Amino acid sequence: MTGMLEVLATGPLSTVQDLGRPGYAHWGVTRSGAADRAAARLANRLVGNPEGAACLEVTFGGLRLRADADLVVALVGAPCPARVGTRPVPSNAPVDLPDGQELQLEPPDRGLRTYVAVRGGLDVPAVLGSRATDLLGQLGPEVLVDGDTLAVGNLHADYPPVEQAAVRGPSGGEVQLRIRWGPRHDRFTGEARSRLLADGWAAGQDSNRIGVRLRGPELPRSSEDELPSEGLVRGAIQVPPSGPPTLFLADHPVTGGYPVIATVLDDDVDLAAQVRPGQRVRFRDVGAPSDRERGSPTGCPVT
Amino acid sequence: MRCLPYGDTAVLAEVDDLTAVLDLYAQLRDDPPAGLVALVPASRTLLVQFDPAVTSASAVDAHLEAAAATAAPTAPAAEVTLPVVYDGEDLDEVAALTGLDREAVIAAHTGQWWTVGFVGFAPGFAYLVGEDDRLRVPRRPEPRPAVPAGAVGLADAFSGVYPRRSPGGWQLIGRTEVATWDLGRDPPALLPPGTRVRFEAVG
Repeated sequence: MTGMLEVLATGPLSTVQDLGRPGYAHWGVTRSGAADRAAARLANRLVGNPEGAACLEVTFGGLRLRADADLVVALVGAPCPARVGTRPVPSNAPVDLPDGQELQLEPPDRGLRTYVAVRGGLDVPAVLGSRATDLLGQLGPEVLVDGDTLAVGNLHADYPPVEQAAVRGPSGGEVQLRIRWGPRHDRFTGEARSRLLADGWAAGQDSNRIGVRLRGPELPRSSEDELPSEGLVRGAIQVPPSGPPTLFLADHPVTGGYPVIATVLDDDVDLAAQVRPGQRVRFRDVGAPSDRERGSPTGCPVT
Repeated sequence: MRCLPYGDTAVLAEVDDLTAVLDLYAQLRDDPPAGLVALVPASRTLLVQFDPAVTSASAVDAHLEAAAATAAPTAPAAEVTLPVVYDGEDLDEVAALTGLDREAVIAAHTGQWWTVGFVGFAPGFAYLVGEDDRLRVPRRPEPRPAVPAGAVGLADAFSGVYPRRSPGGWQLIGRTEVATWDLGRDPPALLPPGTRVRFEAVG
């Protein structure tokens, strides 16, 4: 151990995350991990950590930490106005957090989740190879509460040759998410598919790490045949018979019995993880898998 | 078998029945495609999650087609016996729903082999498929807010054991002291897919 962080305030929800525990779905254990993986990876890289080091996922800011050693941190994701002591500090850059000083994050005005990486990684007990908090499966560290202390480890290498990463960060307006149809799009009418691609979708207030509840038009089915439960993936848009569809995020259930009309591309689930309740969402169809395999991830014709 | 694309990092293989799922699952577990991330068996499907940096949906499809065509014999499944005290709150309700009396319900539960079709809902929660439909009952109209760990239940085509205290809507017929999920044990899951289970009345 090379230091400690004292959690003075957690904000609405802060959890320890890393890149999760893939490969245990056959035991009913979902991968979990950072909801916005790209942001967590970048935060770790900026402090010279391996990308999978444990960090904090902070929802709607509000976190206050005190260092009991000279530490280095980086904030990536939803841009929280932040200070060390009285000094404002930037996002997307390594930041010194000296012994005895406090880091304070205000709520972000766009995006939802901010990743706070500390050089060395957070040294908390791992479960099935990961330090991620799985809120659905109730595995991994408990949700942070005021007064918690977090040990800092010593996993680190050289700093990257970058002082400030050029990152656009989460959008404050409509968020576009690329989808592929299926696997159960054939259980929905053409009208349902048109509605999914149209205006009128927004994130519900009751969204969480399990998924984004989608408020929008009804999606009529063409088949009422019972669907046996089947595996679910991160990014799946599952449509129950009544109530809002869910766009699954990191803590999604391993299996489910309602049809999945479409699936958000894996990279775009990072964008979905930054959608605030009430924010508008637009789904964009990118065509068949073969387009991507020909090196055309946007689905545009290959010339 | 149909192979359905599932986003850009998975393929869903749809087959005829649970036996076909478990055969395919065992084959891919023993001889995994390059870039395999996870396998999720279920009643009629096997979800194959892959790393798109290493492989592609079409390569995974090809691997699945080859495995399905092979139908290689696999190692015999593990067998587990679970001792159960049959004093569940819903035992009389299950008797009424099935047209059997209490003793006959218990005899039907203990008198057949159950196979783990898949594990979902919670870590270690195995969905067990029996040999016939004698004990097929609907879920309870209202779930209970807290079902104790070890509760043994029935719902639709399945039996199951709650690995830990949780809300639940299954019809409860008994309880077992055996921990079906224990992070202190290696492996933590007592009932992985394909395991054959026998219940035994005790107490």
